[in-house]
Formats: sequence, C-alpha cells, structure tokens
Amino acid sequence: MSLRVSLRHALPGFTLDARFEAPEGVTALFGPSGAGKSTVVLAIAGLVRPDAGRIEVNGRVLLDTDRGIALAAHRRRVGCVFQEGRLFPHLTVRQNLGYGRWFAGRHAAAQPGRVVEMLGIGDLLGRMPADLSGGEKQRVAIGRALLAAPRLLLMDEPLAALDAQRKAGILPYLERLRDETRIPILYVSHAVSEVARLATTVVALRAGRVLRAGPTAELLADPEAVPVLGPRDAGSVLEGRLVAHHEDGLSEVEISGGKLLLPRIEGAPGARVRVRIGAQDVILACLAPQGLSALNILRGEVSALRSGSGPGVIVQLRIGEDSLLARITKRSAAALDLAPGQTCYAIAKSVAVAPADIGGAAPAPLPE
Amino acid sequence: MLDTISAAEWDALRLSLKVSAVAVAASLPLGLLTAHALARWRFPGRQILNGLVHLPLILPPVVTGYLLLLGFGRTGPIGAPLEAWFGIGFAFRWTGAALAAGIMAFPLMVRAIRLSIEAVDPKLEQAAATLGASRPWVWITVTLPLIAPGVVAGGILAFAKAMGEFGATITFVSNIPGETRTLPSAIYAFLQVPGGEGAAMRLVLISVVVSMGALLLSEWLGRRIARRLGGT
Repeated sequence: MSLRVSLRHALPGFTLDARFEAPEGVTALFGPSGAGKSTVVLAIAGLVRPDAGRIEVNGRVLLDTDRGIALAAHRRRVGCVFQEGRLFPHLTVRQNLGYGRWFAGRHAAAQPGRVVEMLGIGDLLGRMPADLSGGEKQRVAIGRALLAAPRLLLMDEPLAALDAQRKAGILPYLERLRDETRIPILYVSHAVSEVARLATTVVALRAGRVLRAGPTAELLADPEAVPVLGPRDAGSVLEGRLVAHHEDGLSEVEISGGKLLLPRIEGAPGARVRVRIGAQDVILACLAPQGLSALNILRGEVSALRSGSGPGVIVQLRIGEDSLLARITKRSAAALDLAPGQTCYAIAKSVAVAPADIGGAAPAPLPE
Repeated sequence: MLDTISAAEWDALRLSLKVSAVAVAASLPLGLLTAHALARWRFPGRQILNGLVHLPLILPPVVTGYLLLLGFGRTGPIGAPLEAWFGIGFAFRWTGAALAAGIMAFPLMVRAIRLSIEAVDPKLEQAAATLGASRPWVWITVTLPLIAPGVVAGGILAFAKAMGEFGATITFVSNIPGETRTLPSAIYAFLQVPGGEGAAMRLVLISVVVSMGALLLSEWLGRRIARRLGGT
C-alpha cells in the first residue's frame, strides 16, 4: 500500500517540482501557505492536470504524462476531504454518506455502520448539512470519502477552518482513522502540532520542492530539518506508554529513556501515546539539577548541535532510544560548553506540553 | 358582463395554455444546455451565441415573426425539410404558435437558469467527481438539484411570457380561431369588432389571473426549494 508521486507544474511565481513516496499510514505534506501543497492534492485527485508527472497508487497508474495516461477524477478512487467539507447542501447526512458508496458499487465498504460509529455521526444521519457545526461537517465529509471505498485518502487542511476546541474534538477521530483503516492517507497541513500527532511520515514542501522527507519522529528530531520547519515550530515527538493516572491530575508516561509527567491524558494505562515537546520549552543543564519546580528531568547525551544565523542553537539529545530537541541561545551553549557526546540533563515543565500535542500513537511503524 | 364565458373565449384560454406549456417543455432542455454553455464553457463564438439568445428580447416581435415565417414556413429552408421528413409543420398551426412563443420566451428562461448555474460552487461538483460520479451523474445529482429554483423560476417566467406573446405569433401563424388564436390574439380580435369589449375584458382578467398565479407559484416553489437546501 503506497503512493508514488512525481509532478511538475508551472504555478504563478514558481514551478512545482515534487517527487515523494507515501507508505501506509498518514503521510503529512507539510509546508507554508503557497508551497504548492493544494496543487499536489488536486493533481492526485485528478482535478488539476499537471504539466508533467506520474502518480501511482498501490501499483495502479493514475497519471503518466509520458505515456499519455490520465484517469478522470471519478475513476481514480481517491477520496478527498477538503478544508470546507463540501457536503452536498441538498442531501441529508445519510444521503451524503451514501453518495460515494452508491458509485463505488461492488467495491463499497461492507460495513458503513463501522465508519459511522468510528466518526461518531450516528445521531446526525437525518440532518441537513446546513444544520451541522463545522466539526460535525468535517466528520461527515470524512465518512463520505471513506464510504466511497477509496484506495487513497487525501485530506487538504481538514482542520484549518475549525477553532481550537473543535480541532481538539476531531483529532481523536483522525487518530482512529489512522489506526483502524489500512488506506494510505496524505494529510496536508501547515500546523506542526497536527503533523506531530497524526503523521507517520512527513514530506516537507516549500516553494514547490520537497525539502525533506522521512519518518515523523526522525524528521522532527533532526536539527537539520529545523530551518525547514521553522525554529519556533521545532520540537521532537516522543512515543511512550501510559503508565498511570495520578490523583493530582497528572499522567505518567514511560519513554525509552525515563518517564514524563504530563497533564491528564485520555486513555487507559498501557495505551501507547505520542507527545510533542517543543524545542523552546526544553532547558538544558550539565549537572543533575536539584530543587526545581519542573517535574521532568531526563538524562541524555548530546548527539548533534546546529546553529543558524540567529542567536539560537538547536541541540539534539539522545535519551534512551528517542531524540529530543532543545532550542537554546548560542551564549548558553558556549557557557555550558556543549559538544556531541557530552552528558546533559533536559528539563521540561509538565504544563508546557499542550493537550493538543498529546495523542494516541500509531502502532509501531514497520521497520525499513 | 363577466357571467358568461363563451366557447370562443374558452378555446383561446385552452389554446394559450397548451401553446405555452408545449413551448416551455420543448425549450427547457435546450435552455438548460444553452445556459450551461454560457455559464461554464469557454468557446469561440460564445458571445455570438449569447447575442443570438438575447436577440428576440430586443428585436421588434414582428421581425422575429417574419424571420420565423421565412425560415420555418412551408417553403422555408428549415420548415420544408422538417415537414417533408418528420411531418412537423409550423406554418399557420398551433405548433408554430408554440415555436414563436418558445423563441420569444427563451432569453428569459436562459437568463434565469444561467444565473443559478453561475451560483453553483464548482467545488461541490469536484467533490462529487472524487466520490466516483462521472460528469453526467454529477450534473444530474448535484448541479440540477442545486439549480432547481432557477430552473423553476425560469420555466414559469418563460410560461408567463409565452402566454402574453402576440407580435411574433400573429405575424408567423396568423390569427386562426381554434388553431392559432391565443389569448392576446383573441383580445386583439375582439377589440376589432363592435361590441367585443366585454369579451376582451373577460380575457384581460383571465390573463391577469393566470400571470399572477404563475408568479405566485414560482415564488412559492422557489421558497420551498430554498428551504429544502437549508437556506443556502
């Protein structure tokens, strides 16, 4: 199950020239506005004809300009969830859900009930789209796309039009979607927190070109990728196991190199979770600190340093089997005399980890 | 004065209703196609098509009627083969009245439908395509339901216009009782004879009632459909 894309298309101001592969799971197409993300999505969906390119889903060629192949959008079996939902206003939720299912014919998913249950839209079936909230609309749009039995699901900034609260409400559904379906998902976003929570693979796009691509945890913890993602958004993703909920409202998560105390996490002890820790929320110390209010102190080893033109330095620490990024000033790095190989303590405040940055983890990705 | 409606008056009303209904029903598919082409397609000659469609609106109706007579008359370049091959004759028949009424009402119908097609978000049609619907299916399941208010409004407007068509009709198919004497022609005919004012007045009132009825029906249908679409 995979998607292979190679595209060239002239856009006003720049040329899209992107080549990437998306394995099973969620691949985040990440980049700033105007990077060409939406054009990539439209080209894969068959709604835009690129100047040149080749697109292949699970070995099935959807587009090959060299060989003159260009399947029409309705023959591609590529599901789309757009930013604005695009529900049919003249149809009820049930009819909207049934729309693609009807055209899928014999390919249609066997159990529409499971999709409806997974997305929590059972109570909405008789309503008209105009009577739904933004979050409900997006869940119905996701269900509608899934029930058309797509071989690939494209999600173009599906949460961008929602406020923070509705985003938080819908993210768990997307995690279930990732974990319970076996359809490759290409998820377009410019929000690092969404990418960190959902993606198994990240493709960073800027000005029409793929700058970096790789497994999420690896890419987000790579100091070299920081300029691509933007230093303010830099942060590493740690996966761990939920150990216990404490009475004071904190949850304990075990990671490969220690434990983290975080604001209350949904889920039963034993569940795998994924936590994003912003690089600028991490403090470094050379000696084991004492008498600190911060609850999370992790011992690790400096594995890489990267300084750019600004006053900051990105320090990558090896903590157990995970990598953690810290963004500190060049002055601090000099004062601590940081160098690769050196033992170091990373300090992170529990409350600095936003609830939006904690989510359920995907089953461990297959080894390369 | 209003108590007795004569057989001739009934004939005129019945004929007018038939002519207008046939005119609207026959021109609706072409109206949808033309409106869609003008709203969505970019092709050479688009402005010329637009001009042709609107021509009956600005030409004197007598001119339109005369051109129809030249083209669709028994010896006309279009009328002769149609009659020879399909047995469809227009000259001095009620079908000719329907053709004249349809052509005169066409610009109004196309205009209403075109505006509603332009209001449809193409993104919805794209979404339908990604769900597996081919173009004709997209049109039937998404575009058509969304433009339904415009189609209804355009159809009723065209019907009302067809009911009132006079100049082109009388020029093309004359004023034959029972065949081409529609309401306006009948009113005109009654006014030509002494003592015909009463009959003319009754027909005038019938015209007003039918037109008002059509207008109210179109409003009501439009509101009903808009409500079904959730106010969008």
